Amino acid sequence: MTKLNVNGQALDVTVDGDTPLLWVIREQIGLTGTKYGCGVAQCGACTVHIDGVATRSCALPVSAVTEDQKIVTIEGLSPDGSHPVQQAWIKHDVPQCGFCQSGMIMAAAALLQSNPKPTEADIASEMTNICRCGTYVRVKAAILDVASGGQLGRG
Amino acid sequence: MTVSTASRGFRPSRRQMLAGSAAAAGAFTFGFTIPAGAQQAGVPEINAWVVVHPDDKVVIRIARSEMGQGTLTGLAQLVAEELNCDWAKVTTEYPTPGQNVARNRVWGNFSTGGSRGIRESHDYVRKGGAAARMMLIQAAANEWKVPPAECVAEKSVITHKASGRSIRYGQVAAAAAKLEAPKDVPLKDPKDWIIAGKPLPRLDTVDKTNGRKIYGMDFKLPGMLNAAIKDCPVFGGKVKSFDAAKIKDMPGVKHVLPVGESAVTVVAETWWQAKTALDALPIEWDEGPNAQVTSESIAAWLKEGLDSPQAVVGNQVGDAKAAIAGAARVVEAVYSYPFQNHACMEVMNATALYTSEKCEVWTPTQNGEAALAACAEASGLPLAKNEAYKIDLGGGFGRRGAVHDWVRQVVLIAKQIPGTPVKLIWSREEDMLHGRYHPITQCKLTGAFDKDNNLTGLHMRISGQSIVAGIFPQNIQNGRDPAVFQGLNPPGPEASIGYGIPNLLIDHAMRNPHVPPGFWRGVNLNQNTIYLESFIDELAHSAGKDPLEFRRGLMKNHPKHLAVLNAVAERAGWGKPLPDGVFRGICQTMGFGSYVAAVAEVSVAPDGKLTIHRIVAATDPGHAVNPAQIERQVEGSFVYGLSAALYGEITIKDGRVEQENFDTYEVMRLEAMPKVETVIVPSGGFWGGVGEPTIAVAAPAVLNAIFAATGKRVRSLPLKNADLRKA
Repeated sequence: MTKLNVNGQALDVTVDGDTPLLWVIREQIGLTGTKYGCGVAQCGACTVHIDGVATRSCALPVSAVTEDQKIVTIEGLSPDGSHPVQQAWIKHDVPQCGFCQSGMIMAAAALLQSNPKPTEADIASEMTNICRCGTYVRVKAAILDVASGGQLGRG
Repeated sequence: MTVSTASRGFRPSRRQMLAGSAAAAGAFTFGFTIPAGAQQAGVPEINAWVVVHPDDKVVIRIARSEMGQGTLTGLAQLVAEELNCDWAKVTTEYPTPGQNVARNRVWGNFSTGGSRGIRESHDYVRKGGAAARMMLIQAAANEWKVPPAECVAEKSVITHKASGRSIRYGQVAAAAAKLEAPKDVPLKDPKDWIIAGKPLPRLDTVDKTNGRKIYGMDFKLPGMLNAAIKDCPVFGGKVKSFDAAKIKDMPGVKHVLPVGESAVTVVAETWWQAKTALDALPIEWDEGPNAQVTSESIAAWLKEGLDSPQAVVGNQVGDAKAAIAGAARVVEAVYSYPFQNHACMEVMNATALYTSEKCEVWTPTQNGEAALAACAEASGLPLAKNEAYKIDLGGGFGRRGAVHDWVRQVVLIAKQIPGTPVKLIWSREEDMLHGRYHPITQCKLTGAFDKDNNLTGLHMRISGQSIVAGIFPQNIQNGRDPAVFQGLNPPGPEASIGYGIPNLLIDHAMRNPHVPPGFWRGVNLNQNTIYLESFIDELAHSAGKDPLEFRRGLMKNHPKHLAVLNAVAERAGWGKPLPDGVFRGICQTMGFGSYVAAVAEVSVAPDGKLTIHRIVAATDPGHAVNPAQIERQVEGSFVYGLSAALYGEITIKDGRVEQENFDTYEVMRLEAMPKVETVIVPSGGFWGGVGEPTIAVAAPAVLNAIFAATGKRVRSLPLKNADLRKA
């Protein structure tokens, strides 16, 4: 039995400890907003927050996560889609196919939480998720929009 | 209606799956109602395209697949425009392929590729909306006993002007549904559009921001098992043997099964268990006759085709060979373009349920009818006993259109475990090793100048792979694949060359390696535009002329091509000063029904590092149905095109693909993304595509700018292999 804290809920899951956190989230817990894209922490589609830090869950064994660590998935970013990053994504009509966007949003939310006023260079170096539809222009615009609103930040 | 169910026999439509996807942690709750289509309980359709609910909710049926390109929103705009409905009340749904077959293909073609979603169906979907509006008005007029011509409809409300009476669409929908469809259905002049032609937000954005959207990979059925698969890594090879006993006791493993002659699957409780066990499964392959093939051997074969006396002519004017023989000066260059993987973010996947009575497949597909056909072929059941349900795609780019190899696989698996639903998900490695790759070609171009420095002739010899020969061999006639000449065709409405050259010969020596080709977003326009537009640049420099002026000189009889080229040059400020170290390149082409052009601004550091600062792209798609989404498609097309130009390369060793994941098959990330400015210049009178054409101008604009910056002409893609350091 592995104990996990996901989206504020304490959960017990029965799973082999080598299983990547991604697949525990998708298959044992049943939350499918977090995506499989590569399995080798290259594309970022599997990005979740662990204690607020954007983490690629596809290459992280579930045994490496403790029950004290707070895991947040796209489903738990906000109860109603009201997180400023989600709202900016809607305003800028960012997603195309949308498959990578859970990871993009989680990466952007973590970036803005730790660096509320990122420069374009900060965004370029931190947002390394892959989008094959090519939404990068809008991703950048949406992040800059949130930053200009100053709604996120530590404290 | 949302019910929890543990039984089978339901048919969740896409929307109902969405309802189910918000399931609480650990729960397997689904929202099910009756399927999309004719059985809308108590809500009869007005016609195949339009259902109006009593509360005025409008359901617009969409036959093409949404994969990010925005066709769902654009097609809905066209229907809603003619329907005169309230856009805020519009939702959409997919009819199933089986319903289309059963209803004599009332929704037409499901195929979603070639940028044809709107350009091929605009007429009949608008007529669907217009006919529904006429029937709704007729129903109101009947109730009021007035001539329908005295009534108008606006925002889902019908008004009889003379009496001031009004009624909502939802109130007359049931009566309208019983009326005969009108025969003469006039359409609006696009200049009168109020919904179409507007930069509206997409209809499908919100669920893509909160994790609720269900992709094929996320789809679940009660009691479902999960499958991982390995196909012989050498194309054309087979499974010799596998030792199921070695893994049968691994956690969760239920079945270890052959899939056709070339693949093995492990079916387990979870996909991770299936993949883990499959990785541990000893498999012996019979690699077959292609095990010695390499990229080098393929390149040598294609090179031989550049001078082969055997070739099929695609476009011929005058006598190019004579012009070259009699030229005062000849310029010659050889270009090459590699295999590339589509690398959709969502790997191939499908869910199937087989019983002796029926076979059903749920899958992301660009062509639901082709998915249905693949299902029927693999199941062996009569067509009517099969059904395919479309799920929105996590990227398509051509991979999920013409060939449904993964559907065949999942059905072959499901057939071996009848009554148990099974979801097959490819690993990224499987997806990389078993693509339907961008075709590989080389091109030799020879240009002839007379003593007065006029271009008198051009011979363009393409050697290499034919997609059509690989996928639809029945369409090859007299050895000719017409698609090979995309962008190089004689004057006409599709993919025509934009230059008037007095002596022109474009021919193709077909060479089909064993690596399976596919339609890859932009298709053959991609490499053909690189070849022609780079070489036109070479000719311009050779003649000592400005690349824009040189092109203009050849385009007098191609006004649409020229107008777009001029539009992009003007916006980019062609000829105006640039910051130190920044250089421009320009190009144009025509394909998928649209005219496109681009200017790139780049700099190259002394160490060879390329920076793309700015792209200006222009497109004339005839009619612009949603300018905001066109801008996004153009931006995205540059990511796809520049990913290909900078990094995209699948290489072959020992008959198999060498790249297995994004660490060795690089794609563009945000860091490399230039600013993109889109210039939309719809000239009307035709309907062109949007998703693909501008991909083709991404690479040549950059390549020509690199030449301006460095004097180096990169003729072999991708750019990552080129040394751009100052000589």
